[in-house]
Amino acid sequence: MLKAYFPNVDWNIMWEATQQTLFMSSISVGITLVLGLILGMLLFLTAQGNLLQNKPIYALVSVFVNVFRSIPFIILIVLLIPFTDFLIGTMIGDAAALPALIIGAAPFYARMVEIALREIDKGVIEASEAMGASTLQIILKVLIPESLPALISGITVTSIAIVGYTAMAGFVGAGGLGNLAYMEGFQRSKDDVTFVATVIVLILVFVIQFIGNSITNKIDKR
Amino acid sequence: MIKISNVSKIFKGKKSEELIAVNQVNLDIKSGEIYGIIGYSGAGKSTLIRMLNGLEQPTGGSVIVADKNLSELKGRTLRKARQEISMIFQHFNILWSRTVAENISLPLEIAGVKKNVRSARVAELIKLVGLDGKENFYPSQLSGGQKQRVGIARALANNPKVLLCDEATSALDPETTDAILDLLVDINQRLNLTIVLITHEMHVVRKICHRVAVMEAGNIVEVGEVLDIFKNPKQPVTKRFVSQVSEDEESKDTTKHLLEKYSSGTLLHLTFVGESAEMPILSKVIRDYSLEVNILQGKIAQTRNGSFGTLYIHLNGTDEEKGKVISFLKENEVGVEVVEHA
Ligand SMILES: Nc1ncnc2c1ncn2[C@@H]1O[C@H](COP(=O)(O)OP(=O)(O)O)[C@@H](O)[C@H]1O
Ligand SMILES: [Mg+2]
Repeated sequence: MLKAYFPNVDWNIMWEATQQTLFMSSISVGITLVLGLILGMLLFLTAQGNLLQNKPIYALVSVFVNVFRSIPFIILIVLLIPFTDFLIGTMIGDAAALPALIIGAAPFYARMVEIALREIDKGVIEASEAMGASTLQIILKVLIPESLPALISGITVTSIAIVGYTAMAGFVGAGGLGNLAYMEGFQRSKDDVTFVATVIVLILVFVIQFIGNSITNKIDKR
Repeated sequence: MIKISNVSKIFKGKKSEELIAVNQVNLDIKSGEIYGIIGYSGAGKSTLIRMLNGLEQPTGGSVIVADKNLSELKGRTLRKARQEISMIFQHFNILWSRTVAENISLPLEIAGVKKNVRSARVAELIKLVGLDGKENFYPSQLSGGQKQRVGIARALANNPKVLLCDEATSALDPETTDAILDLLVDINQRLNLTIVLITHEMHVVRKICHRVAVMEAGNIVEVGEVLDIFKNPKQPVTKRFVSQVSEDEESKDTTKHLLEKYSSGTLLHLTFVGESAEMPILSKVIRDYSLEVNILQGKIAQTRNGSFGTLYIHLNGTDEEKGKVISFLKENEVGVEVVEHA
């Protein structure tokens, strides 16, 4: 039955490509989450009038974030080839896509983290300072819990962007659905392969969005 | 308990212009006292109270709270000191992400109190502030008054020596305000807690404070026992604050109206303080003097150390009798002011 509609699709290869996409995306999302949180937290804390107010650090992080957030992903991949070569030891394959994915996504998420933290009621932070909380206690007990819904919807949006980036990473030889769609589907004119790969990417995006929304709704008690 | 000496706070603006938010302030607040600081918006009250827990560092002078010089503490020692100086806020500042019980538990977690001790203490505090049955509610499910009760319970968690209240009732309706004020008096008496309270409402001062300082443009312009301030306000600001409580908002209109109505005779504005407010002075006037007395309008207010009342009366009779009545009233410690025809 499937054979009739999608004569060129090799389901084993399709499944393998899906796994590669999932692998690249989940590792990137994991590292982006941690890096983005650290950078975003740093931006928030060192900004004018905040807990660790520090102009030079704020300016430095801010420039870094802005530069890497502004470079189109496809150019970033090319720019990072020497770096990737040095780090991973190869310029092609799934792992080779990771540095570009992370460096592309982490600054994007960092800005969202900063915005999420800025939305927190200043009075609540002041109250915890008045209780004698240390900066670390304020981060863990106040800043993260009070901005959690926004942090989660931010990582949802970022994850969806990352899935899109992995498809582009197919051009530098990373595997996954994007690569399959390009090499098999486009270059060999097997439209059914392109179609199935696209549908799987769409399903991934919908699933991520659904999970993100459910968690946000569940934890938001405002 | 609190000694503020020559404390100033100067904010530097963008173009290096300076704003003196607090100017050379001296205050001495005793243990167990409820001390009010009243002033209009922008007078520098918040800046002053925030120097009492080191949220703001003074640019000059010294702040000593519970034997610790706050202006010299830093880092860990400052954080430790803050656990003895709690604060409640106009907008409550409780965490939406935590339930009532979890919010109250926060300062205990910060102080490193063990979990089982924490939950016992939280249960105790919930009872103390009257939030029984609400422990698992989130702030979004509470009224303003209930949120402030959470704020108070949270502030009391680490057994502080001092409680700072920054406009703690200003976001509440009059009835809830009174309930919260009653709670503050209750904990003041039960725990012998020193309370410093800032407000722009004389009603709050009248209801619970022992002493009050009046603040205007960064300066403390008048200090005294609440009843004395009511009896004999000296500064124009103080007079305006006192009239907030002792007269209706329409009282200006009222006097005008009364003057028009009673164009003959004499209109008197009397102020009764403390004991005189409770003595039958007026009935004596009516009985013992041969003139006509009309009682027009009056109001009585209760303070922590006695009552305070104002009354408009109208006298019809000879100038001699009127003079006798006025001196009789003055002898009995009644403030007398002849309201002149405009
Ligand atoms: N962080 C700050 N920077 C600059 N000016 C401030 C700051 N905080 C307060 N001020 C100024 O100090 C004055 C007193 O403010 P505040 O203490 O909040 O008054 P109040 O609480 O009596 O309304 C105001 O003119 C205010 O604009
Ligand atoms: Mg204020």
